[in-house]
Amino acid sequence: MRLPKFFTPQNQTLLRQLVITDFKLRYQGSMLGYLWSLLKPLLLFSVLYVVFTYVLPVGKDVPHYPAYLLLGIVLWTFFVEATSLGMGSIVGRGDLIRKVKISKPAIVIASTLSAGVNLCLNLLVVVLFMVLTSAELQPEFIYFPFLIIELVLFALAASLFLSALYVKFRDIAPIWEVILQIMFYATPIIYPLTLVKSETLLSIISLNPVAQILQDARYILITPETITTHQVLPLWLSIGIPIVSLSVLIVVSILFFKKSAKSFAENL
Amino acid sequence: MSSRVVRVKVDHVTKRFKIPHEQTRSLKQTVVNFRKRGFEEFKVLDDVSFEIYEGEFFGILGRNGSGKSTLLKLLAGIYEPTEGKITVNGNLTPFIELGVGFNAELTGRENVFLNGAILGLTQKEIEQKYNDIVAFAELERFMDQKLKNYSSGMLVRLAFSIAIQAHNAILLIDEVLAVGDERFQDKCIKVFAKIKKDPTKTVVFVSHDMGAVQRFCDRAAVVHDGKLEFVGNSAEAALRYKKLNFPETILNEGVPESELPVRAKLTDANGKRKNLFKHGESVVVRLDWEPNDRIQNVGVALFRDDGQYVFGTNTVVDKYKLSGNSLEYTFQANMGSGRYYVQVGFFGETDSDKVYFITEGPQFTVSSADAWGGLTHLIHEWKNV
Repeated sequence: MRLPKFFTPQNQTLLRQLVITDFKLRYQGSMLGYLWSLLKPLLLFSVLYVVFTYVLPVGKDVPHYPAYLLLGIVLWTFFVEATSLGMGSIVGRGDLIRKVKISKPAIVIASTLSAGVNLCLNLLVVVLFMVLTSAELQPEFIYFPFLIIELVLFALAASLFLSALYVKFRDIAPIWEVILQIMFYATPIIYPLTLVKSETLLSIISLNPVAQILQDARYILITPETITTHQVLPLWLSIGIPIVSLSVLIVVSILFFKKSAKSFAENL
Repeated sequence: MSSRVVRVKVDHVTKRFKIPHEQTRSLKQTVVNFRKRGFEEFKVLDDVSFEIYEGEFFGILGRNGSGKSTLLKLLAGIYEPTEGKITVNGNLTPFIELGVGFNAELTGRENVFLNGAILGLTQKEIEQKYNDIVAFAELERFMDQKLKNYSSGMLVRLAFSIAIQAHNAILLIDEVLAVGDERFQDKCIKVFAKIKKDPTKTVVFVSHDMGAVQRFCDRAAVVHDGKLEFVGNSAEAALRYKKLNFPETILNEGVPESELPVRAKLTDANGKRKNLFKHGESVVVRLDWEPNDRIQNVGVALFRDDGQYVFGTNTVVDKYKLSGNSLEYTFQANMGSGRYYVQVGFFGETDSDKVYFITEGPQFTVSSADAWGGLTHLIHEWKNV
């Protein structure tokens, strides 16, 4: 995938049309339509909020906990949605791949962008909650787009890898579901890192690049009391790990996808 | 010839498919079968090379399973060759399956943009061509309706219009493409005729119908069992195709048709040898053969010289009891003007047991002075009501 060759006007149009179609079709025939994009994370949020404020009060010491929790859920939901949509994208578009010459990366990218559209809508709700809970916006908030780009790249690279793998091994779907479940609890989404008492466990959790993204985002948008991975790990590790793991993931995914893409039409 | 622009170059292309013994789609199977070679390789195309020039109407002839469809998908860029290289110089529009990606829940307009994008058009190009597409499809009033409310004819018209308006320096047309009602088909044929005259456009036509290839194409390639058997003049290609694919010639235990102990000749009703008949005249096929105990059924079939099967029957079908070793088969030449040939088969118990088989027996010409048209003259009547 030579990048300059990929971003042709044809592929841009293709991406655009695929994303628009996906968005239009997603809530086709439902009464609330696009509102579901907002309602889904809000409903999940409400449940988790009630449970973790009144039943298991893990969030009682966290300032602006509603906004803190919602931001975590929204970013995590994006990662889950993007990788799940991405994994099925090539198989799901098998009809196109078997019948016309079409840019295969564009199909995966379109699925990530579709999830990205939802992310943008959901972030609007986060902003609303930030205002309502008078979150302490830090001057570093201008770096927020970079965190989003980091998250999107992670999701996209994982999607490329998963989608190519899914063509040959359908088992990857339940496996990935389990991995996502594990990651949901291994990432400080519902609990603050202050609750993790074991130093070793804290370090292990902090090695997770998604934890770094989440905690950084909360630090700059919600409250500087958030413990970031940079406070847990030495700086070279907390910055190095995401950069190295993302780079490796991107290179491996692109190579694997490129190799597999040649025979998608035959294997689908 | 060498100075002409090469539009499509197929250079020593081989395509192999890996067919798994058991479709390994689950991890468990893969782990279990890890050491075993879980697939067989099939060579679908074997070292195929040819060139297609600008402005040509190029045919690819091949039976189902000959590798013709694989070659089509390779040319369209859907498959990649295992070995060798395909160079396509110019934009190629595949007419393999129309309306790829059409979604019933979207409106006609939305589908034009989606399908256009899938065919490789840019947003700007689709916007520019949008009105032409709608006008050609004659669907101006329906563009804001969802596709699920379209009739199948409307769908096909819309799909064809988008494809024809796409970049089409090179058109790749599959034979299965028979679209729309008769009026729209006429329109399509006119478009193809226009394209054929345009020296900048190149058409690749893939078919198993040698008559069609002979009619439309300048040159043709014959694909047989994954190998390229012939490239050149389309009439010659059709002949090669016929020889390759009607191997009954070999069925006569290797004896050439001309040396079979069978005599077939055409006469008129008075027994006079003849091969030029007027429309409606009686034609007698006189058969004499060396006695053979296996023969239980004799069949005669008529073909037009382009390979079109006109009529055929046999003694078993007609419940006619064979006796002796000569036979007369008489029919009325009710067909249209043209050249025809007779195919004769002497069968055993089953149709596949061909004792003697003459693929292309005596030829004859039918002439008709009347102005009616078509394959045959049907009994008909007019009535003012």
